Amino acid sequence: MKHPVLSKCLKAGFVGLVLLLLYLPILMLAVYSFDKTDMIGRFEGFSFEHYKDLFANPKVLGMIGNTFLLAFLAATLSTVLGTLGALGMFYCKKRMKTAIHAVSQIPVINAEIVTALALAVTFVAVGIGKSYFTLLIGHMVICTPFVVLSVMPKLKQMDNSLYEAALDLGASPFKALMKVVLPQIIPGVISGFMLAVTLSLDDYIVTVYTRPSGFETISTYVFNATMKGNKHTAETLSSFWALTTIIFVVIVLFVLISNLAGRKKEADR
Amino acid sequence: MRLPRFSRKTLCIPYAVFLIFFVIVPMCVILFYAFTDKNMHISGTNFVRFFSDPTKLSTIVYSLVIALITTVICLVIAYPVALILAHSKIKKKFVILMLFVLPMWINFVLRVNAIRELFNLLSQINGLEGLESANIFKTIFGMVYDFLPFMILPLYTTMMKIDTSLYEASADLGAGSVTTFFRITVPLSMPGVMSGVTMVFLPSMTNYVVSDMLGNAKVTIIGKFIYEYFGSDWHMGSMVAFVLLLVVFASTLFSGGFKSEENVRGANL
Repeated sequence: MKHPVLSKCLKAGFVGLVLLLLYLPILMLAVYSFDKTDMIGRFEGFSFEHYKDLFANPKVLGMIGNTFLLAFLAATLSTVLGTLGALGMFYCKKRMKTAIHAVSQIPVINAEIVTALALAVTFVAVGIGKSYFTLLIGHMVICTPFVVLSVMPKLKQMDNSLYEAALDLGASPFKALMKVVLPQIIPGVISGFMLAVTLSLDDYIVTVYTRPSGFETISTYVFNATMKGNKHTAETLSSFWALTTIIFVVIVLFVLISNLAGRKKEADR
Repeated sequence: MRLPRFSRKTLCIPYAVFLIFFVIVPMCVILFYAFTDKNMHISGTNFVRFFSDPTKLSTIVYSLVIALITTVICLVIAYPVALILAHSKIKKKFVILMLFVLPMWINFVLRVNAIRELFNLLSQINGLEGLESANIFKTIFGMVYDFLPFMILPLYTTMMKIDTSLYEASADLGAGSVTTFFRITVPLSMPGVMSGVTMVFLPSMTNYVVSDMLGNAKVTIIGKFIYEYFGSDWHMGSMVAFVLLLVVFASTLFSGGFKSEENVRGANL
């Protein structure tokens, strides 16, 4: 490049512009969440009205609780199932491993709606009524393969001779697995769990097809409220601005804290 | 009686059973419904009905076009971003990468809602009233906004893996920066491009949450079809799902299988 400074500015400018576009809608909602009115475009005064509405509405609070409990349960079960699966697959014969891996990839690459429809039709065809169980299974189907995907690379990086050394030193296979293998793959397990949580929190389509009637998550509730789009829902909708802002702030804090913790750990070394 | 010896392979049995019941069986059920009529007799009528209905065919083409435009825009934005980040020497580039991923942690429907409100605000500005009815533009904008991180992450990961000595070798052999880009960066980042394209293309063909919320329900994509048939005609719905499966299969073949497993959705972050 002839002008290193200019090209540096251009690059930073481009990245900055994309970031600005990504954050603009969220920041705008954050600003208007402190506004008195339910209308975007007029700012009539600072207030916590929308936040009060959010916490005063038992229906809204219920669906927030539903969403997080479901995400936690689905992610926990998926992490256990997926980690065991990845471990088992890693030690299987090649043909078996390839077969399981291929099937495991189906929910990853498939359109979510096909997965959802297939599950819903199957449940009804077999005669299993939609319940919390079917919803949980639906979320596990989309989460578990991602846990497997994040644990697998850690297994490949692992030093296999440590496991054998543990066996030679008299550990039972189970103990060696828990004390030697698990600590080495734990970063993959944790990131798999985090990924499962975000996938489950985000999900709309699978939830709609597998949920019991009357069960609402943030996704289904906000979608229905937006699509109805009359004056009555404007109030509920504006409390979602507050919800978006709260979630955003929590995430930013979480990232900041984990970043600082990571830095402290490095400094301690 | 002696307990069977603990074997590491057996750990994958729960996951294998889970996959059989909730992935393989549902796919078979979809295939069965797609190729049977209302009396459960095997027939190809759904297939014929699907491919002889101009509305269905045009919806498929329409979805493909929207997905194609979304994917190309995502690629055009994400490629430079990933390249700049991968090549930049600043220490904190992981933090900048996190900034791109962060909005993904806000609920998907809430994010789409934020864009909706942004467009509401913008369409109140004089001269931008046309935005109100620019349904396709808004839909594509929303899809690019939501799926951009899925494109940036795999691109960044593959670009980081490129051996920097290759760039030096290229420069030593007299290649300019343009030649180096097209002869080294582009070919070596192809796996990332492929997995990014697959992660963006399919959701933008099928995720009707975005098109419903931003397109004033005037933009009908193929995912919405399945939803509509789910209430009335499972056989036809399954046929649409089957056609989508064919698209998935074709795109998997096209991208040379899904080898770059750790790239998917930042599973390795």
